Amino acid sequence: MKFDTPATTNPIDQMKVVGKATTRIEGPLKTTGQAPYAYEHHTAVPNQAYGVVVGSAIAKGRIASMDLEVAQAAPGVLAIVTAANAGKLGKGKYNTARLLGGPEIQHYHQAVALVVAETFEQARAAAELVNVNYVRAEGVFDLAATRDSGKEAKDQMPDTVHGDFDAAFAAAPVQLDATYTTPDQAHAMMEPFASMAAWDGDKLTLWTSNQMIDWSVTDLATTLGVPKQNVRLISPYIGGGFGGKLFIRTDAVLAALGARLAGRPVKVALARPLIFNNSTHRPATIQRIRIGTTADGKITAMAHEGWSGNLPGGKVELAAQPSQLLYAGENRRVTMRLSTLDLPEGNAMRAPGEAPGMMALEIAMDEMADKLKLDPVEFRILNDTQVDPVNPRRPFSQRRLIECLRTGAERFGWSKRQAQPGTQREGRWLIGQGMAVAFRNNLLVKSGARVRLNDQGIVTVETDMTDIGTGSYTIIAQTAAEMMGVNLDKVVVRLGDSSFPVSAGSGGQFGGNCSTAGVYAACAKLRESVAQRLGMNGDDVTFVDGEVRSGNKNVPLREAAQAGELVAEDSIEFAELSKKFQQSTFGAHFVEVAVDSATGETRVRRMLAVCAAGRILNPTSARSQVIGAMTMGVGAALMEELAVDKRVGFFVNHDFAGYEVPVHADIPHQEVIFLDETDPVSSPMKAKGVGELGICGVSAAIANAVYNATGIRVRDYPITLDKMLDKLPQMI
Amino acid sequence: MTISRRTFLIVGAVTAASVALPPFISAQASAANAARPNKATVKIWINGEQRDLDLDTRTTLLDALRESLQLTGTKKGCDHGQCGACTVIANGRRINSCLTLAVMHEGSKITTIEGLGTPQKLHPMQAAFIKHDGYQCGYCTPGQICSAVAVLGEIRDGIPSHASPSLTEPPKLIASEIQERMSGNICRCGAYSNIIEAISEVAEASA
Repeated sequence: MKFDTPATTNPIDQMKVVGKATTRIEGPLKTTGQAPYAYEHHTAVPNQAYGVVVGSAIAKGRIASMDLEVAQAAPGVLAIVTAANAGKLGKGKYNTARLLGGPEIQHYHQAVALVVAETFEQARAAAELVNVNYVRAEGVFDLAATRDSGKEAKDQMPDTVHGDFDAAFAAAPVQLDATYTTPDQAHAMMEPFASMAAWDGDKLTLWTSNQMIDWSVTDLATTLGVPKQNVRLISPYIGGGFGGKLFIRTDAVLAALGARLAGRPVKVALARPLIFNNSTHRPATIQRIRIGTTADGKITAMAHEGWSGNLPGGKVELAAQPSQLLYAGENRRVTMRLSTLDLPEGNAMRAPGEAPGMMALEIAMDEMADKLKLDPVEFRILNDTQVDPVNPRRPFSQRRLIECLRTGAERFGWSKRQAQPGTQREGRWLIGQGMAVAFRNNLLVKSGARVRLNDQGIVTVETDMTDIGTGSYTIIAQTAAEMMGVNLDKVVVRLGDSSFPVSAGSGGQFGGNCSTAGVYAACAKLRESVAQRLGMNGDDVTFVDGEVRSGNKNVPLREAAQAGELVAEDSIEFAELSKKFQQSTFGAHFVEVAVDSATGETRVRRMLAVCAAGRILNPTSARSQVIGAMTMGVGAALMEELAVDKRVGFFVNHDFAGYEVPVHADIPHQEVIFLDETDPVSSPMKAKGVGELGICGVSAAIANAVYNATGIRVRDYPITLDKMLDKLPQMI
Repeated sequence: MTISRRTFLIVGAVTAASVALPPFISAQASAANAARPNKATVKIWINGEQRDLDLDTRTTLLDALRESLQLTGTKKGCDHGQCGACTVIANGRRINSCLTLAVMHEGSKITTIEGLGTPQKLHPMQAAFIKHDGYQCGYCTPGQICSAVAVLGEIRDGIPSHASPSLTEPPKLIASEIQERMSGNICRCGAYSNIIEAISEVAEASA
């Protein structure tokens, strides 16, 4: 199904199932421990062996020699995979660094060996006995020091230069010129990277934990040098991804190589302390933002210039991107520069670009409002735009940012806030409120599905779409139930298997809208087959309450499958609409914090997000996506930072003890409001993404609340107490 | 030879693949140790059922559950006692099953997520997590639920926490108490706000 004109009325608009708050259909499995994750397919194949990965102890250089004799002789050891015996390996399109290092080493903890043994304990013990001699080479690990060598990444983000920024900024009566930094951050999903590989002749089955099944089948085949049709991936449950599992990682490749070498199935999970340097992370950024306004606060000049680093061939972090579209203003310069670093691979993490970009931009907007003596909410409303500011003929398909701001301000009690910082106190606590805009583009990716109807009236959906906690199982079931006119309990959803039609996958907050649109397309086809089987060919055929109705004829849906199961397959393909309209999602974050006047400890006390993101398919899981993103935003604001050892070149705090993420005690009750909205330009579902919107801007709202509480403006994330201690009020 | 902590780490990082292997213990000596079969039998009551296990003594309780008994509801998130995903209830108290060896549990009574309830017969805490959407990816969930069940028991038994205003007064069933006690269970999906609502509902129902 080609989607090339805005959606009109369709069966989803009935909203009998779609749009209703629905508990997850896989909930009973997850809460009882019955949902199988990658390392847990005990009964899938017999004779499973265990692999343990050895990571490089240097960041850059080469392996001079490896002494494997002792490890090889250790009890239970079946095989040891290294670059020397792995054969020629390719590199997947989506990987920057190779997934098995040696002799050249590209980053710290790059895998250099896999030890396979009968038991996990034996493999782990033998892995300690692998002796590697390295020759270390000089590396570059300090982003700030490489800033001037940064280059434009024309293929990813060409410079936006519109009007004459320099002249307009110079002429602006009110100006801001400030530089912000965001650190390297880790996905730190709860389920470690894990895979189990089993070969049957030259055919490979890999049970894994992966967000993008088809990308990963292709990349695994490329890496191993085998035909794509010989590789099958199975990933029904994924214990969190956040972008870290968009691509195959070393567990997948080494499980496959280990299984081939050992001649039996091998499963591999990365040890937690290996994950932070072995896998990918969100790259650190430096961002200089200049805003010039008229005396009454209209933006006339806006420059957002950013810098990030990566391994050679790696991508730039698109942090400045939001400034292309978010606010009005004639004269604009938006650029990113990429320099080379020898740290582990930087790559996508939840709302890549926008998340760190909004962390900076929305502090800058707060600073500007402060200079103008304008309310921060009003300053943003004043500079709203309904069109792409660089290309005014291109409108936003929907943009209800002002309504988000007004609704949020009203619900939060924003009018009670004291504009003067440092003036609200409760005992030893300094109290402050802050806000920020949430903004994330809506992406459209082709997505397919297959739908079956059996003689019991059961509708089964099969697609390689994944559920990484986003709620895919449930919204896909809701979509099929709505389309086929059945209750949710008549729908079975099967996901995450490369033998199913290729879907959008989970990433870039496109999965929910696109995968359900693909299911819509397949169901539309199934409806045609059903009508045909039942001899109904009028325009008035409806699917209601388990029946198919036309004229005065009512037939149970299952009747259509009495002569044999009906199967329909289709995909949704998106055409030119995304060029004609800018599609984005919007929101407003409001936060209250308390800062300890003696220690500088920040506690988040209240959080509210108002989101406008098209039709909300399942308010329950959509709300969870938003509060989860807000929680990750609290981490980014207050604690998350991969500490770089700039001499040796690695992330020092590479476990959950050192890399702090929010825990229960850090998170207050959170509130989310969704504006009632449909966006017919986005898809037949009229939905858009919400999974990443929630993290965009929230950290800045916290930073702005800290400023309101203390009068201290911290521009370098995370806002830890050491950055405030010497500026806190004198103790009496 | 004096080895400072710093030189130790540098030497370890350059010469060995694993920092955990001190350079002054020869690899051969370790291999000899590893060669010795260290197996032991242990009898553990798992979810009310006696299980006789013959285990490598290095096996954690977590791996005994997951690999030997194939009870994979208990999750391995970090294997270092930092995330709480492996929480089980041992003799009425919650523990990180990754931080304890299976052979240390002779005669212990262990309750795992599988022992609390099944999809057909949910424990009230499991039902409350579903109702309040107290999870997303589901990987930390069994640990959160086991912890939550034990937390209510701890509060009922009068065990104080860091958040308790008094060490002698009975702790109250309030959000701050539950949040403090649940803080050893990380949920990266960020379902905390919903989890607290789920636990509070069960607490109120049983109060």
